[in-house]
Amino acid sequence: MNDRRSELNRNLAQMLKGGVIMDVTTPEQARIAEEAGACAVMALERIPADIRAAGGVSRMSDPKMIKGIQEAVSIPVMAKCRIGHFAEARILQAIEIDYIDESEVLSPADDKYHIDKTKFDVPFVCGAKDLGEALRRINEGASMIRTKGEPGTGDVVQAVRHMRMMQAEIRRLVSMSSDELFDAAKELRVPFELVMYVHENGKLPVVNFAAGGVATPADAALMMHLGAEGVFVGSGIFKSGEPAKRAAAIVKAVTNYQDDKMLAELSEDLGEAMVGINEDEIELLMAERGK
Amino acid sequence: MNIGILALQGAFIEHRQMLEKLGIQSFEIRQKRDIERGPDALIIPGGESTVMGKLLRQLELYEPLKARIEGGMPVMGTCAGLILLAKKLSNDSSVYFGTMDMTVRRNAYGRQLGSFYTEDEFKGIGKIPMTFIRAPYIEEVYGDAEALAVTGGHIVAARQGNQLVTAFHPELNGDTSVHRYFADMIEESLASGK
Repeated sequence: MNDRRSELNRNLAQMLKGGVIMDVTTPEQARIAEEAGACAVMALERIPADIRAAGGVSRMSDPKMIKGIQEAVSIPVMAKCRIGHFAEARILQAIEIDYIDESEVLSPADDKYHIDKTKFDVPFVCGAKDLGEALRRINEGASMIRTKGEPGTGDVVQAVRHMRMMQAEIRRLVSMSSDELFDAAKELRVPFELVMYVHENGKLPVVNFAAGGVATPADAALMMHLGAEGVFVGSGIFKSGEPAKRAAAIVKAVTNYQDDKMLAELSEDLGEAMVGINEDEIELLMAERGK
Repeated sequence: MNIGILALQGAFIEHRQMLEKLGIQSFEIRQKRDIERGPDALIIPGGESTVMGKLLRQLELYEPLKARIEGGMPVMGTCAGLILLAKKLSNDSSVYFGTMDMTVRRNAYGRQLGSFYTEDEFKGIGKIPMTFIRAPYIEEVYGDAEALAVTGGHIVAARQGNQLVTAFHPELNGDTSVHRYFADMIEESLASGK
């Protein structure tokens, strides 16, 4: 991937800002998502809540199923590969996926190395819990970052923790004197140039979304207030009582997250939210995969 | 001059930054009451046209904005914004504002792997950077619409009266010339008392 391609890939993420990216498992769900105002869909065989329930090894989805979704909608289609599984990523690139999510939701294929994403022409989004992880992924070629959150739980606490952590660390870098930045780069285990970029711009060099546990319009608004530039919703939509209505409400909540009256209206009559599991009730912390 | 930027979804902040560079004031339009601030002009940014089209209706912005555009308020649409202003889409039955005499092809260059950068001539400006992201192109202009830029054999910018559209993203490459061009359009329109 040359610099130009890398720039184009970051640009696509810019076009997704202020939007909601929804997990879908069938062409029909993809159409519901598009109709509800999703700015992109994530095609996967099982949504995180079901991956969690099923246990076992979770892998890249069947390309045929992904192609079915690509044919069903006109918005960008993303798909997940396992952390470090560059062969899966190459397959996804071969079917012209718009974005690859190198995701901790699937079982990691490599417990040490992430994919060298600079070798690809298609863009990658990666999860991060803190600034160090985010910058390491960007250094490996990610053109978009999202919080890891804790997928498939319907519990937003981890996404909040990760977003707050990133923003706090960004503020810390901004306030540092230039001689302190060298040490910060060492601490974060990232190149000095990336640290310098954050210091000067007060933000990541790529778009940063919230993901993991977002289940209500209020959750989405909360993440936007905390500095997210858009939101991924996974299990929260198609594990709820009325997916289409909830999806549309979350889309509007992201656009008008500062309007409390509108959020109150949007939160009415959404039917049952996904039941969810609390952080301390789960055995598998997906966010701990791939640092 | 105060420009309203449709801020429902997409790259609206980038447009604000370009205007800021030119010393032009702008504000975001996210709901009906924002329009009451009385913008002198409107920018419809890049993003997903399906999302913006949907939210325009649901947030009741569609009618008042369409009325203003038809009433001659200057408007610039980039990428998704171009789609929203087209009278006809060749590969989609949707029509949004439908105020410009042109037929547009959505996702005309394919998926993200088809996104590209080039530099080409823009009538009245010269050679400028052009970034195309899952972009549309204009298959045909007719009536009062005039093509302003052609690249790779396809029309990628056009103007019809106070409406200006680009299939590429003039807000992305740090070059303010297209925004300057639009600001001149607005000044002319304000001077003529429209």
